[in-house]
Amino acid sequence: MIDALQSELMRDALYAGLLASVACGIIGVYVVVNRIVFISGGIAHASFGGIGLGYLAGFSPVMGAMIFTLASALGMGLVTKKTRLPEDTAVGILWAMGMALGIIFIGLAPGYAPDLFSYLFGNILTVPFSDLILMIILDLVIVAIVIAFYKEFLALSFDEEFGTVVGIPVTKLYLLLLCMIALTVVVLIRVVGIILVIALLTIPATMARQFTHDLRKMMLLAILFGAVFTFGGLLLSYEFDLASGATIILFSGTVLLLTLGLSRLRGNRHKSWNTAPSEPE
Amino acid sequence: MANDEVVTLDDIWFHYNSTPILEGISLSIEQNDFLGIIGPNGGGKTTLLKVILGLVQPSHGKVFVLGKTPQSSRGSIGYVPQYNLFDRNFPISVWDVALMGRYSRAGLFRRYSSDDRTAALNALQTVGMLDHKDHQMGKLSGGEQQRVLIARALVSEPKLLLLDEPTASVDSTMQTEFYEFLDRLKHRMAIVLVSHDISAVSVYVDKLACLNRQLFHHGSPEIEAEVLEATYKCPVQMIAHGAVPHRVLKEH
Repeated sequence: MIDALQSELMRDALYAGLLASVACGIIGVYVVVNRIVFISGGIAHASFGGIGLGYLAGFSPVMGAMIFTLASALGMGLVTKKTRLPEDTAVGILWAMGMALGIIFIGLAPGYAPDLFSYLFGNILTVPFSDLILMIILDLVIVAIVIAFYKEFLALSFDEEFGTVVGIPVTKLYLLLLCMIALTVVVLIRVVGIILVIALLTIPATMARQFTHDLRKMMLLAILFGAVFTFGGLLLSYEFDLASGATIILFSGTVLLLTLGLSRLRGNRHKSWNTAPSEPE
Repeated sequence: MANDEVVTLDDIWFHYNSTPILEGISLSIEQNDFLGIIGPNGGGKTTLLKVILGLVQPSHGKVFVLGKTPQSSRGSIGYVPQYNLFDRNFPISVWDVALMGRYSRAGLFRRYSSDDRTAALNALQTVGMLDHKDHQMGKLSGGEQQRVLIARALVSEPKLLLLDEPTASVDSTMQTEFYEFLDRLKHRMAIVLVSHDISAVSVYVDKLACLNRQLFHHGSPEIEAEVLEATYKCPVQMIAHGAVPHRVLKEH
């Protein structure tokens, strides 16, 4: 295992895991407390259209994914805010259309699409150096935006209507939040792939929620848990020669379920993750 | 328009999917008024508050709050929404909820100032929740959460306080205390309280409005049984205790 850590391949993989943990820790907390997991899943899957377009038009599939995730985030946000279409219906439609476009584009592209499997399920060991740079930039953008709008995001997550009353531009900021989810998806695609992105957005944040009710501390804890999960999953996948993305997800999911089970056994002391109302209406 | 008019509604109509919710509501609320709005569920009470807040646009009619549009007067309105509208396990402290009410003073890209913090401390003191300022909102009882939401509305030092069903989560022994608390506040601001609980409201408010799509009554809290029956479309019993104000009880 020491040998593993010394190889350059593994070192880059650890950097990628750490950079992914920053984005998914911060944005994952918003995804979990706002209960927009389904929208996030839709954004992630719609990115497949962009990956396909990248193959067809001959530019980087990651760039294509970024264009598609941003467009689908704005599309889903505007459709749910400005039309009477139910939110889950709108998300479901855009989710499937994005994936369908990807399949058509890849079918039209000449020859075989290399790495396609790694976009779907992730391969942290093959993250190129240029993607690490892109991940650093996206992390910095996300951190800067969250610091700048922390109190606005807190208010609109807690009580959107009251936010409107006190003069917060809630619709614009909600769209900005969805765009940050889109950027996070791009960061995570290389690590766990679009199918599994949703796990890294939800598991570290849900873990963190058990220990604090302060959003800032929750974000820091979620980053820490994300890093532990990606490192642990990576080492396990190396030891047992398993797919890295899937191992990371199964490792983090198992740890989460164990801790939730343990706190249940301890007489329900940590109730913060339990979203059901505690008193009868 | 008179100087002390806080809210002026002039022939307000509101439709939702072409179903009328409000039909020709005209109402004026003056400084230091304590107005109770009663009526059955679905009678348009919450919608009327949202019209005053500018959260919904009436299909017809004019709204003025402090002589301006609702949107430009929002900084002077304190709003306590219906209690069951937010996620009760949201990870947020009492202190952060109270500070949120100062947002209209702080604005984008500005941190909450020491004035904002002082105002939040004072508001939590006023509602008796200062000791709980570091607690998580979700760990409080319904009545305590309600008091925090009132502190959040008071923290901007509003000229108009709008409360939507504020006693829904407060048990009956605490209700008297709650109305007496509002009674002390009414010298500082106009208060509008929406409720379906006629009996409690009519004892404490100075003016009463009965709303069921139309405004059936507006004025003194002593109202005729016929008016209540027209509002609720069912028989309602009134009990007079001799001295004013009258106590009005629903029969079922």
